[in-house]
Amino acid sequence: MTPRLSDIWVYLSTTPLLGLTVTLLVYQGAFWIYKRANFNPLLNPVPISVAVLVLILTVTSTPYQTYFDGAQFVHFLLGPATVALAVPLYPQLGKLRRAVIPVIGALLVGGVVAAGSAVGIAWLLGASNTTLLSIAPKSVTAPIAMGISEKIGGLPSLTAVLVMVTGVIGVISAKYVLNFLKIGDHAVRGFSIGVAAHGMGIARAFQVSEEAGAFAGVAMALTALASSILFPLLLWLFTRY
Amino acid sequence: MLGSLTILLVFQLAGEAISHGLGLPVPGPVIGFILLLGALLIRRGVPEELRTTATGLLTHFSLMFVPAGVGVMVHLSRLRDEWLPITVALVLSTLLTVACTALVMSWLMRRFSHKEEA
Repeated sequence: MTPRLSDIWVYLSTTPLLGLTVTLLVYQGAFWIYKRANFNPLLNPVPISVAVLVLILTVTSTPYQTYFDGAQFVHFLLGPATVALAVPLYPQLGKLRRAVIPVIGALLVGGVVAAGSAVGIAWLLGASNTTLLSIAPKSVTAPIAMGISEKIGGLPSLTAVLVMVTGVIGVISAKYVLNFLKIGDHAVRGFSIGVAAHGMGIARAFQVSEEAGAFAGVAMALTALASSILFPLLLWLFTRY
Repeated sequence: MLGSLTILLVFQLAGEAISHGLGLPVPGPVIGFILLLGALLIRRGVPEELRTTATGLLTHFSLMFVPAGVGVMVHLSRLRDEWLPITVALVLSTLLTVACTALVMSWLMRRFSHKEEA
């Protein structure tokens, strides 16, 4: 029995089917827990799925590359999903137009603070150059942050991890920061979560109100857009002078 | 479903072609996103089928972060070496970002929204 079982394992572990199926199973399990816990931000399904998958790969001594051969089919969907962000943004354009000056002002200040403070603090505490370049786009939504990281010379996969950790920190802490500052306006609350904590912030903001969610979505899209133009431009200026 | 997925891929492909063709720093999917937004503005509306597909894809947005996130196993030694700067930078920076964005936006809203409300 045992040799045949290991034959099956040897065969399956080399096919993309296994990595893909395990990813979907683990994620759905983690999402089920998240739903049961009333979407408690501490139980976000992404970090839990990642931890479980890393454990599985480590125990079975499967290299990341072998796993990714299967999981890349899920990873690939980040591209069309990013394009699809135009769809929920479209109905918000009118609302956005009315608050255009506050939105642009907050976007620029928030974006500069997000990247500047992360790089500054990490630099002060002695982080390496690769880490600095990978941490810079940490408040931008993952697919775009990874693209930026790649363009400016960071490690996209490290950036993806930093983006996720940032998202989790953001959805846990934003409520307390905003209450402390006595910010009651849902447009402002949603927008600031979206600037700081991208896609995870949107999901959280929609649980508060439609308005907060809509503005979080606008914030994520605008942060993505502004950063993908400004980051490489800054780096280009930086390396030039 | 198939038609609207094809639309998304065509816009992404056009975005990638523009990004690489012109050597732009902006990732292809972002250009695809701008192109699609432009197309929706010209069309003055979102086709129902496209809305369904986009909503479906974005509902599972967080699933798509997982495969790249598992890449953390490749970076475990870096994270172990640099856990202090990374942790402090991420926590402080996220708190600062939420606070600064909210303060600037509510200040600007008080300054610039009065005319319309009056």
